[in-house]
Amino acid sequence: MSKENLVLRLNRVSCKGCGICVAFCPTNVLAIVEDNKCKIVNLEACIKCGQCELRCPDYAIYLEEASGE
Amino acid sequence: MSDRSKLVDKYFRTENLPHIWCPGCSHGITTRAIVKAIDDLGLNPENVVIVSGIGCSSRAAGYLNFNTLHTTHGRALAYATGIKVSNPKLDVIVITGDGDASAIGGNHLIHACRRNIDLTVIVFNNSIYGMTGGQYSPTTPHEAFGTTAPYGNIDRAFDLVKLVEGAGATYVARGTAYHALQLTNYIKKAITHKGLSVVEAVSSCPTYYGRRNKLGDAVAMIQWMKDTFVEKRAYERLDEEQRIGKFPFGEFVNIEAPEYTDKLYQMINEVEARHEAGV
Repeated sequence: MSKENLVLRLNRVSCKGCGICVAFCPTNVLAIVEDNKCKIVNLEACIKCGQCELRCPDYAIYLEEASGE
Repeated sequence: MSDRSKLVDKYFRTENLPHIWCPGCSHGITTRAIVKAIDDLGLNPENVVIVSGIGCSSRAAGYLNFNTLHTTHGRALAYATGIKVSNPKLDVIVITGDGDASAIGGNHLIHACRRNIDLTVIVFNNSIYGMTGGQYSPTTPHEAFGTTAPYGNIDRAFDLVKLVEGAGATYVARGTAYHALQLTNYIKKAITHKGLSVVEAVSSCPTYYGRRNKLGDAVAMIQWMKDTFVEKRAYERLDEEQRIGKFPFGEFVNIEAPEYTDKLYQMINEVEARHEAGV
């Protein structure tokens, strides 16, 4: 599957701030910020590997096919 | 635009999300692995039945948009047996925890294995009774702490893989929440396997087990899985000293044996034919 069309999405309402995605992201795209939730802080570094989605217990972060916008 | 992935939108009762599991509880990871396995296999959701017992893990049934049954403590396998016997075409998946499966439902577990009925059992093993406040379970390690083991657990723990293998399960695997991709693959094989399949999904309870045992936060517990569990073939190459503090994950049993509902319906057909023939 081509990764070109994938975009990283984060639903901060669902995030409980456990930090698992932050810890296992291989390129340090994510961080837990002041409100104790995840934030995408370095999107340019994202290699769209999906490790965050694989282990997010709250289904808050995921890769999605970009719609034709 | 939905604010959830297609996979979650398709198979979860999204109106019930976010779920009640604690921050960093790995049950959400394992539940996603089950759903991913169902999606990868292209199962018809109409034919999928999720049966759960009682406990944190068993809450999963309420979040999944299939035919679901949230049953009594330890009895998920008894209900699942009834469902499978009444309609063997259904894909019946049991979601249970370590206490639900091996203590309260221990007899149901061993006898379902012995019968080799075509069910898929996913045991979320977090080594503790989380829902009721952190009491030790049959998989709490020897000398670990729980609210009912404040001086350390004097019991020895079940090895669930060995238990169900001994009881006659014909597909047995162990995965972890860290190794979620492999876990999905084991679940896929467990679902397609004809006979009683058990997948032990090593899970983490940062709130009770982690705190009591000073294992660090949710991240540290997932990191522990990464550092501690070694793929079975690699584990077998380790010498005794290297194995200290390590556990194997992977496939442990994958054999064929007569399946219960096959034998049951075969017997019914034979008896009916004999009856009709007047013998």
